[in-house]
This record gives sequence, C-alpha cells and structure tokens, in this order.
Amino acid sequence: MIAFFQSWGMSYDWAWFIATIIGILVIALPVMLAVAMIIYADRKIWAAMALRRGPNVVGPLGLLQSFADGLKVFLQETIVPTSANKGLFLLAPIITFTVALIVWAVIPFQAGVVLSNINVGLLYVLAASSLGVYGIILAGWASNSKYPFYSAIRAAAQMVSYEVSIGFVLISVVLWAGSFNMTHIVEMQTNVWNFRWLPVNGFAFNPLLFPMAVVFFISSLAETQRAPFDLTEAESELVAGYQTEYSSMAFALYWLGEYANVILMCALNAILFWGGYLPPFDWGWMYHVPGIIWLLAKMCFFFFVFSWVKATVPRYRYDQLMRLGWKIFLPLSLLFVFLVSGYLMLTRYGVAA
Amino acid sequence: MIQAIAFYLFAIVVLVSAAMTISSRNPVHSVLWLILAFFNAAGLMVLVGAEFIAMLLVIVYVGAVAVLFLFVVMMLDIDFTELRAGFVRYFWIGFALALALVSEIIIAVKAWSVGGIDIANRVAPVNPDVPNIQAIGHLLYTRYLFVFEGAGLVLLVAMIGAIVLTMRHRPDARKQRIHAQVSRRAKDAIRKVDAPVGQGVEL
Repeated sequence: MIAFFQSWGMSYDWAWFIATIIGILVIALPVMLAVAMIIYADRKIWAAMALRRGPNVVGPLGLLQSFADGLKVFLQETIVPTSANKGLFLLAPIITFTVALIVWAVIPFQAGVVLSNINVGLLYVLAASSLGVYGIILAGWASNSKYPFYSAIRAAAQMVSYEVSIGFVLISVVLWAGSFNMTHIVEMQTNVWNFRWLPVNGFAFNPLLFPMAVVFFISSLAETQRAPFDLTEAESELVAGYQTEYSSMAFALYWLGEYANVILMCALNAILFWGGYLPPFDWGWMYHVPGIIWLLAKMCFFFFVFSWVKATVPRYRYDQLMRLGWKIFLPLSLLFVFLVSGYLMLTRYGVAA
Repeated sequence: MIQAIAFYLFAIVVLVSAAMTISSRNPVHSVLWLILAFFNAAGLMVLVGAEFIAMLLVIVYVGAVAVLFLFVVMMLDIDFTELRAGFVRYFWIGFALALALVSEIIIAVKAWSVGGIDIANRVAPVNPDVPNIQAIGHLLYTRYLFVFEGAGLVLLVAMIGAIVLTMRHRPDARKQRIHAQVSRRAKDAIRKVDAPVGQGVEL
C-alpha cells in the first residue's frame, strides 16, 4: 500500500503515514461493528440460558438493537455533575475507549496481516492493558461521588492483582515460543505434539501450557471485569459502579471500551493458546480456509464461553477474588514458569532461543 | 520527517507535563501529569530504538508504580494552604538543586561535544540485527549474572522486609476455610428431631 501511495508522487514518509491511518481504520471500524453485534449476541445468549427471547423487536431478529441503543444514548443529554472534576471526568471514558483499541495494532489476523509487526508485541499488549485501569480510576475519582470511588478502588486493585498472574502466564508462553512477536508465537504453535497422525495446532494442547491457558482465561475474565468478577459494577452494592455519574456518549464509550476489551481478550486467548489464525489441525486442506476465519471462529467460541460464564456463575466476593488472584493463580503461574523453563533447559539446552 | 515530528512531539509533551507536575495545584493532577511524562518518555525510548526499555517503562512505571502513587494521593486529605506554606523556606534548596542540574546539563553537553568515551561499545558491541530483548538478556545472564542476581536478592529482601513490617497477627480475625466449606455435608448441619407436641426441642 505504501508503494501505491508513492506512485501518486508522495514521499515515503507521507505514504507510510497515510497507509498506516488506512490500516488503523480498516481494523478499528470492524471492531466497532463487532462490538455492536457482540453486545447483541451477549444479550441473546443470556436470554437463551434464562429461557427468554432476548432482543427481538428492532430489525430482523432484533439484530439492530445495539444500533437503536447507540442512537438513543447518542441523543441524550450529557450531564456533568457540578462537583465533578470536569476535564478528568470527560477524559476518563476517552482513555478507556482508546486503550481498548490500541492493542489491536499488534494482533495478527493472518500470516503477515498485522498493523505493526513489532518484536515486543506481547509486551505492548501488557503495557496497553496496564493503562486500562486509568480510565476507571479517573472516572471514580473525577465523579466526586462515593460509589464510583469505591468501584474505582476495587477495579484498580483487581486489575493490578490479575495482571501479575497474566504476566507470568505470558512469560511461560514466551519461553516456549522463544519470542515476543505475536506472529512468531502463532507460527510456533504448528503441530505442538510433533505427531504425524494428529498434528494439533495450539499451545494449549501442550500439557505444560494447558493449565496456563485456563489461568489466562479466568484472569482475562477478571481483567475485563466480566462476571463472576464484575465487583466494580456490583449493582446491589455500588449502584452502577464507576459509571454511575455518566450519561449519554460518555456512558456509551465505557460500554464500547468494555466490549472491545472483551473481544480483545477473546482474540488473545485464541492467539496465545489455541493457534490464532492457524487451523486446529495441521492438515494441508485446512489451510484453504483463510486464517482470519479460523481466528474469528475461535474468538466467537471464546466469546460464547464468556457469556456462558456470565449467565451461569454467581459473583465472587471481594476477598475470594483477591484470594484467587494472589494465593492461587500467582503461585500456580510461578510454578509453571519454573516447570516450563526447567523443561526447556532440559530439552533445548545450548540451542539459541 | 515523521521521526522528527514524533521526536519534537514527545519531547515537548515530556517537558510540558514535567513542568505541570510540579506546578499544578491539585496533587492528583500532578500524578496524572507525571504519568503523561512517563508515557512520552517511553515514546522517546522507542524512537532511539530501545523498544524493550520503553515497554518496561510503561508496564512498570505507568502500569504499577503510578497506580500506587495515584491511590495514595487520592486517599490523602491534603490541606493545600499548608502545603504551600513552606514555599519560601524551601525555595533556596530547590533553587540550588535546579542550579546543580543546569550546570550538569551544560557540562554534559560540553563533554559530549568533545567526543564519547565509548564505554558501551567496549562492553557490548551493538549488533543491529539482534532484538534488544535478546541483547539485554544475553548480557544480564552472562557478563552481569552476579550483579543481576544480587539485585534480585536485594529486591527479595526488600519484599520480605515490607511484608514483615506490615503483617499483623490478628487472632480474633475469622478467616474463610475453603476446605471446611467444601467438605461440609448435610449431616454436619442438619439434625432431624421428632418433636413432641407442647415440649419443643432441646438445643
């Protein structure tokens, strides 16, 4: 694409700049559309599990429900509480929303199809997800109201604790793959058993990494504040959590950011442990299906599991949440970093990583 | 050209946000400006090709240290007038510090224009093909292994110290015993009694 713009007589810099902007739009706009559809899917799945119909009025099968909600929210008045810290109050949802989008820059959709193929891709993901907490803390503090502040403190403590175990899980993946580059991590997952008759793709089939896949999935539920870890929005205790004082578009931005994060976590689960854009088996004919279809299929599956958990599992108590994060996941993931690196020392010793 | 634009953007934002960190009235705003400064410093690191350091800066400082700062500052009940009161008293110390920093910058620039002493090149010749995570890892686990392990030990001791300082034994605190809850059966909790009319049950 850069060469195409250069053929119009642009300098390399500007051609690169415009090509990148187009790349960003090509990713961000479908993500936004996906968020709208996934909110609908979420509601439909809960409804099905509660033997209800779910949204079925707006458009065929209720498919346009999210757009109707978006329009309604967009037309409402934006209310800023008088005692709120106005600048930060308006900045907070923007931060949440932006942070939810920037991680998509390093997600590989297919072999070679990634906006920015940097060699610290996974660290970038960690860095961006550690920024996510600011949108929530700021919302809680700037609202100048008790319940949002409680919620912000809960959210911050929760995200910081689960990021620790996520970090160790990612380290064990990186040790196995030998790289921080997301595309390389996916490529390393071909035929993990090295077994001719059943060549499965995905680190999760590796017995040393499967427990890490489970820990990562549960931590990603906690990281996105989905049930059963949605204590920040526990309506019986905290009204609506950190978004209590928000209305109109600022409120909508939180929802968009939250669901964009959920889709992102589904994508990360698929990419890090279940082979990303690779087909589930390393058979030649399966590669005729484009990689992005496999990735989307895996993301849809994980999203279904997210909704399934939300529909069935009761909410954790806060001390149980902290216990799970610090006393179970942290030692467990540390142990597996130890086991994985020990195994690699035993089998790949002396080979360049 | 984009590199130049990016450099000036990051550099200007770092300077402005650093200035705002020390001059803003609200301490929470100060911390937020500090975070912005960290973030843009990470941008500068990326520009000079130290992407690993940049990511660590964001993960460690922005993602963890600054969150704790923000926590503490938000919880504090700060009296601004009292905070401002010492300004004149501390002005000269601050001024002396600023003077020392300015003179150091001037000396550094002069020394730099004379020519570098190439410490870095002697120890670790930089190979542009090796990603800098691998380069750093290679150095840390070979040449600087003992220093690195020593630093790890220091951190471990600090961590244990912090835990020892803050941990209190509370004998009256009721803790959740998960195994007791899970292994509880109906016969432990329920007693079937055939209560005669008019007499009730002995508890």
